[in-house]
Amino acid sequence: MEALEQIKSRVEAAVSGAKLEIIRNDSPSGQHSLLLDNAHALAVAKFLRDDAELRLDYCANATGVDWPEAELTEKIRVKKIVDGVEKEVEEVKKTLRPGYLEAVYHLYSMEKKHGPVILRFRTENRTDKNHLPSLTPAWRSAEFQEREIFDLYGIVFDGHPDLRRILMWDEFKDFPMRKDYVEPDDYEYEPTPHDEVLEKVKQHQAEEVKA
Amino acid sequence: MDEGLKSELQKQGIFTTTLEDLYNWGRKNSVWPLSFGLACCAIEMISASMARYDLARFGAEVFRPSPRQADLMIVAGTVTKKMAPQVVRLYNQMPEPKYVIAMGACAISGGPFKQGYNVLKGIDRYIPVDVHIPGCPPRPEALLHAFMTLQKMIDKQKLTGKDRARHFDPEAPSEFPVPKFGAHDLEPTNNPGVWQPPVLARGV
Repeated sequence: MEALEQIKSRVEAAVSGAKLEIIRNDSPSGQHSLLLDNAHALAVAKFLRDDAELRLDYCANATGVDWPEAELTEKIRVKKIVDGVEKEVEEVKKTLRPGYLEAVYHLYSMEKKHGPVILRFRTENRTDKNHLPSLTPAWRSAEFQEREIFDLYGIVFDGHPDLRRILMWDEFKDFPMRKDYVEPDDYEYEPTPHDEVLEKVKQHQAEEVKA
Repeated sequence: MDEGLKSELQKQGIFTTTLEDLYNWGRKNSVWPLSFGLACCAIEMISASMARYDLARFGAEVFRPSPRQADLMIVAGTVTKKMAPQVVRLYNQMPEPKYVIAMGACAISGGPFKQGYNVLKGIDRYIPVDVHIPGCPPRPEALLHAFMTLQKMIDKQKLTGKDRARHFDPEAPSEFPVPKFGAHDLEPTNNPGVWQPPVLARGV
């Protein structure tokens, strides 16, 4: 299979206006991924599917990731004047990264027997601007998986033929896989609580005592 | 009737019995389970009804596709919160006398999914369970054992008196409230008439 850089440049040449970014994965697996821009995601997907070299005809997996707002810290060296002498001082720079939701797709080619190519795209935030284009028009196998992402993470896929909850019931309001999801408090009886459950049981019992 | 007299008479070729014995004997040997399974336990349940384990020996070979024709509900597998109202509704649709076997760790307590957000922590929160089978999944023999336990239980049931069977007690409910799908959890989260959390002695 072609290198990701090559795929990126070919996609950008073929789909006018598309802007891709390579997200590096420095773990031993080295599975780098392509970050798509939402406006051209479907066009890029169709190109990857139909391109004679790639023929990524099989979307094996689609899932979501929740990235809550986080404070990133990085150490930078700054030149500062200390006691009249210029010195290089290490400073901790803090930046606030806004939260977003991400959809990840793993693509393989049945015809060419290669893969995976990993696609990602991101919503603007986690509350109101949580829309992404659906890739179901490109791969039918994404239909149920996008419904699952919608159900568990709350990403709304525009252009999906049948976007309903799939695992939880329709009346359910929460998104269980989000990191700020609060589980229902049903820890009234735990014979051998430990670790996280012990904490939850303690919380439950504290409320009991208050009431 | 006096057991000694009964056996004396039997030696003379006179058989005596009570209506209660006859009634219970008939019921215990023709328990018809409702055919539905929820997860891996259902495979073991199917296996128990097939030739190798042969549940038919107990008069229970006819798994009924309709709750109207069944008197035993084998809750075989993980009851998710999404499935729980349907299970309770099926139980409500069964005619009395009816019994419930909760099969497997999931059905009795939520099992390995107990700490999850989507699995019911035991079907006995909504309907009365007669026999619990531990195991994950329990082997067909365990289901057979549960069956025999249930048969013994049926055999002991009284028709009259204070400790009479549930279905002869006009006060005892035969229908149980079906939980509703709420915004965050099932509503109610359990039926206090059936299940209440055990009171734990908490350390000082």
